[in-house]
Parts: sequence; C-alpha cells; structure tokens
Amino acid sequence: MAQVTRSPKTYDVCVIGSGAGGGMAAKVLTEGGLNVVMLEAGPQVYPEKDYKMMMWPYELPHRGAGVGGRASDNFSEFLAPNGAWEIEGEPYTSAPGADFQWFRSRIVGGRTNHWGRIALRFAPVDFQSKTRDGLGDDWPITYDDIAPYYDKVESYIGVFGSKENVSSAPDGVFLPPPKPRCTEILIKKACDKLNITCIPARLAILTKAHNGRLPCHYCGQCGRGCVTASNFSSSQVLIPPAMATGKLTLVTGAMAREIVVGKDGKAEAVSYIDKASKTEKRVYAKAVVVAASACESARLLLNSKSALFPDGLGNATGNVGKYLTDSVGSDGWGEIPALDKMPPHNHDGVGGMHYYVPWWKFDRKNDFPRGYHIELWGGRDMPGVGMFDGLCHDEEGYGLALKRRARQVYGTTVGFSGRGEMIPNPDTYCELDPDRVDQWGIPILRFHFKWSEYELRQAKDMQETFKSIIEMMGGTYKTKTRIDGPYPFGILPGGKIIHEVGTARMGADPKSSVLNGYCQTHDVKNVFVTDGAPLVTNPDKNPTLTIMALSWRASDYLLEEAKKGSL
Amino acid sequence: MSTYGISRRDVLRTLAIGAAGGSVLQVIPLQAAEVAHQAVRKEKAAAAAGKYAPKYFSAKQYETLASLCDTIIPKDEKSGGAIEAGAPEFIDLLTSENLEFQNRLGGGLMWLDSYCLDHYGKLYLETTPEQRKEVIDLIAYRKNAKANPELHQGVAFFAFLRNMTCDGFYTSKIGIEDLQYIGNVTRSEWPGCPALPE
Repeated sequence: MAQVTRSPKTYDVCVIGSGAGGGMAAKVLTEGGLNVVMLEAGPQVYPEKDYKMMMWPYELPHRGAGVGGRASDNFSEFLAPNGAWEIEGEPYTSAPGADFQWFRSRIVGGRTNHWGRIALRFAPVDFQSKTRDGLGDDWPITYDDIAPYYDKVESYIGVFGSKENVSSAPDGVFLPPPKPRCTEILIKKACDKLNITCIPARLAILTKAHNGRLPCHYCGQCGRGCVTASNFSSSQVLIPPAMATGKLTLVTGAMAREIVVGKDGKAEAVSYIDKASKTEKRVYAKAVVVAASACESARLLLNSKSALFPDGLGNATGNVGKYLTDSVGSDGWGEIPALDKMPPHNHDGVGGMHYYVPWWKFDRKNDFPRGYHIELWGGRDMPGVGMFDGLCHDEEGYGLALKRRARQVYGTTVGFSGRGEMIPNPDTYCELDPDRVDQWGIPILRFHFKWSEYELRQAKDMQETFKSIIEMMGGTYKTKTRIDGPYPFGILPGGKIIHEVGTARMGADPKSSVLNGYCQTHDVKNVFVTDGAPLVTNPDKNPTLTIMALSWRASDYLLEEAKKGSL
Repeated sequence: MSTYGISRRDVLRTLAIGAAGGSVLQVIPLQAAEVAHQAVRKEKAAAAAGKYAPKYFSAKQYETLASLCDTIIPKDEKSGGAIEAGAPEFIDLLTSENLEFQNRLGGGLMWLDSYCLDHYGKLYLETTPEQRKEVIDLIAYRKNAKANPELHQGVAFFAFLRNMTCDGFYTSKIGIEDLQYIGNVTRSEWPGCPALPE
C-alpha cells in the first residue's frame, strides 16, 4: 500500500461536510468541548469577495449568464459560489430511463450559501405517515422528540413567520414576518375566495437584529449569499462559533474517500484525497459524523468496504442508497392585468416569498396521498438573463412591438411552485456505478429514479390549483403542460428540487434502516449521519430545518455517549 | 474617498479582519460593504472604456449581428436600443466561449447571407431596407417555417438570437431603466406594497 499521510493526532470527532448538517454538528460538538476536525471537499468561502450582493447584471461581462452562458443552467452567475448540476471531474450517472439531476456545492457551507431559506417544520403526522395511510414507513421518533430542537434551531438561526395554527404546518419560534408584496396581496385575495390557505412564509432571514447579526436590508438577493449574514448559512452562522471555541480544525479541499473501520468494528479514521496535492491522507478520530449531503454520504458509506463490512459501512442489510426521494415539483405562471396598473415601485423585499400556501387539503379525500405546499413568485424583479424567453417564445416578432410588449408585461406575471411529498419506491435509489470513478479515483454514484402515479396525480392537482388562482385573479394562465411524455403535468426530473433525502434512513428495525433515532448507524456505533440521508419521509416541507434539528439532537446524544465513554 | 464617513482603507481593513479571523459573525457593517462594491464598480467601468473588439465574429459578421440586434430591439422615444445596451458585445463574448452558440449564431449568420444571396443576389447587409424587412418578417415567426420548410433553420436562428438580444438588452442599465425596475438598494424597513389599484 502506498504511503498515506496520517494526522499527527486523534480527534474526538471527524465531521464530513460543512453544510446544514455538518455545520450544526461542528457547532454543538465543539461547544460541548470536543475536538473536531471537519473535512470539506471545496474551498473556503469569503462572503465579502465571493458573494455578488448588490451587483447589477451589467457589472459582469457575462451579465449573469456566466462563461459561455452556462451559468444560466445553474440558476445564474449571481448564485452564491460553487453550486452546479455538473462538476468537472466528478461525474455521476443515471440508469437507462432515469434522468436524475444532482446539485452539489463544493464549498464551506455547502448548499446553505445559496438555498431558498424556506424553514418549515415537519408536522406531527409526517412522522407517522404509514400509520395514517399505509405507505412508506413511520419514523422511530415523534414530533415531540424533535420539537425542542426545532425551537433551538429557530431561536439560534432566526426564522420569520407567524402563528397560524395550521395543523399541516406547525408554528415555530418566529421573528416578525415582512409585509406582503403587491403580487402576494392579490394572490392572497384570490386564495381567500377559493378557500386556499395563504399565510406569511417562514424563512431563515432576519427581520430584526438577531444574535449579533444585522437585520435584512431587503435587496431580495439571498440566493447570492449575504455579506451581512442577515440570512442563515452554515458558513456564516454555524462555522464561526465552532471556530471561536478553538476546537474546530477545518480542512478544505478534502474529498472523503473511505471511513476506515478498525479490528474492533469501530470507525477509527477517515481517508480523504487532498485535492491540492492529489494525495491520500488519513485523519484519526474517535467518532465520525457523515454530513456530506444525502447521496454523497450514501456514496461514502458504500465506498467504505472492509472485511467486516464487505458491502459498505452501515449497509449490512443493504439499505444504504435506498428510499431516495426528492420533492415533487411542478411550476406555473400567469399574467395579471391588474398589476399592469401598478406604478413602478420597489418590489425586492427579502430574497424569497413573503407569503406562501401551506398544504391546505389535509382534511379532505384527495386522489393522491400526502400533500404539497405552494411557493409564490413574480412581480417587478430585477431583470435578468432569460426573463423574456417566455414572451419571445409565445409572441415572437421583433422591433418596437416586442419592446413595448416587454415593457407592458414586465411586473405583471405571478408564478407558483408546487412542492410535494414523494412516496419512496423500489425503482428509486442510488448505488455505486460498477464501472466508473471520479478524477480522485473514487467510485461514483449511479441513480435510478421513477415518479409513480401518486406523484403524477399530485402534479396534476398543482397545475389545476395554479390555474384556478390565476383565473380568480382575473389573469391568464400561461403554462402549458402535457398529460403524456416523460414529465406529465410539468413534473420536474428527480433531483431538480434539490431536496434529495432518505438514502440512509433511520428506523427502529435494523433490517429495514441504516440509522437509529439518533442518526447513529446500527452497525457501527461511533458513526453518525446527520444530513438529509436519515429522513424517513420527505414531506412537503423543505428539509433543511429538520436536518439541522436532527443534527443538533444527534450531536447532543453523541456528546452524552462520549462522556459516558460508550462510543 | 469618503462615503458614509468611512474611508476605503477602513473598509479594506474591516474586510481583512473578517477574512483572517475566519469569522463573519462579526459582520461587516453594511455601509462598508457598499463602499467596497462601489470601488469594484469603478474599476470595472474604467476597464470597460474603449471600443469593443469582437472575440469570435469576424468584423463583417459582427456588423451583421449588430444590425440584427438593433432590428430586434431598436431605440424609441423612451430608451436606446440593443446596440447602445451592449447586446452585440454580450453575445459575442458568450459565443466565443460556447461551441454550440458558435454553430447556432455563427452558422445562422452564414445561413442568412446565403438565403439573401439566393433570393436577392446580395449579402444581408447589402440588401435594401425593404428586402431586409421581407426576410426578417419570414424568419421571425414559426408559422412561416410550417408553410415553407426552407425557412426552418432561419427561424430557429432568429428565435435564439432574439432571446439573447433580450438578455443583453434587459440586463443593461438602459434596459433595466426602460422597464422602470426600482430596487437593488439597501433599506432599513420593508414598507410593503404601495396602494393597490382597485
């Protein structure tokens, strides 16, 4: 075996990944007194240099489209850095018939640098879905187990919202919500007439100064990253306090390859590729917290093969990579003539919706299981690349007529994004591609993905709802979807919503799960997984808040076990 | 330089402390961030002065491209057109970096010249204004390609160029002002929606 550089010391814990789950673990564990080493596959982030807050499109030569126009496929050149559907030298594959899209951010903070900041609690029923409708599985924990951690996370990171008593969307510890935008007032009026619940959104953005961070300055650009840390990101809100303890060693450019298991059946080290030197290094730790993102964590577990665990760590019963889900996504938009009469005004607000529609049909009989929420967008946004693609396609032409139409249509569109719950199915999972490795020599993932009839019916319901709201607003619904083809009712390809979870799920029964209720692997008790992988269900609530609550809870448990010496 | 009573040196020192300390919890004051951005803007503006030399298109092709951009978004009583907005530069830059764009736009311009040679015996730029209008009216609409399959490639080219011209125009200062977008500023309060029309 080639020479491997070993870390000079043994850390208490090695945390793999610096996003929501890893950042939270690092904060809780270091504040609890443990020495932690964190491996991050990407570089350090420097908000004041890397974030493009307050820049105009014309200040960049590519105007936001990026080199060769390619950033348009990755949301925009303005997005907080290092997030992409494809990373050079680090491929993944999809099995025939599957078109899975995997968005990765290789940078300190991971995807929390750009995320939508939608911070929704799962509801009590979401932890006992199988008991309710027979599908999927129940969690090994209940809402009451996690609720104190939701409180802690919200109190620490700052989430705005309002008390509403909607049973599908539990209230939390909230900062005051911002007032609605004009578009949102009109949408709410229409929703009220249709008996659709429309309430202030819940976003991890500060409407008041909070824990030493400045309040939002309402530039509407959270996705670019916030120089004043007025929204939540792991890089600005979790890593700094962990660093301040003096107990966190952050290693960037470190691509974890394998968790090394000792003769005693416990993890003793993590092997990683140091990207700068292209050499393998090894760091020793008494416990390992895997938080590399659900699929990346599954990949690492599957690649951690040993004599004791020939099919990978935590995979004794073959559950790693299974039960993969993403949110059901379907979008739609329309033109609202009433908005045409609005004088020009600042519409920016926070970076995201001020109002949203939580799942409102939970007490009815629907032709699909579970539910979805609706995110609202549109109005007088900062113009950007692609803004008039729809107009150009629909109306064609050129010249003064086109220019006048753009002027007239600008600001009069509103849109909806339905985000719903997918039921895990046996045709959807990830596994190691038997043939290929990435540029670091690490076997890559191959995805299998299939929407079932449940999800398609949900997407159909979304489209019908969007249309009804637009029409109630006196507008014209512009989105056209097909009932056939690969993406009926505008359902987006798997992975596109970037809510992929479930690949190392928790459960009471080791035969059908990878982790126990504390995110600890059944097979190796000093290995924990604290990203989206542990989630048993993927309800219509964006997973990040729950990832952080679970990570905090797992870290508290890890601290206690470490004190007892029982890891 | 002094804005908000804070010098450029103060700003840079603040930024350096933030980076070295590994901590941005001790956040940069907002006005400091603004000053930093303004400094970047000024440098970029200085670098942008001077005439643009096309990176991908030949001088002749670039002239045709600019003419088409101007046709797609001309100036009017309210604002300048696509050329003033820098759309041709934007398109040339992106095209120089993207093989597919080179085929679609570079090839599209060749198609347009060939079409004009076949039908008018002249390159596009040498045709009369009436002839130009005739060919653009043909390739600006999908329905024409249905009636005349010879136009398919031209329609696809024009649709692609139309999108890119809109991108270039509406991401420019001229285009953003044309739409009367008001924002991209820091505010201490969010006042909500001004009075809605009844």
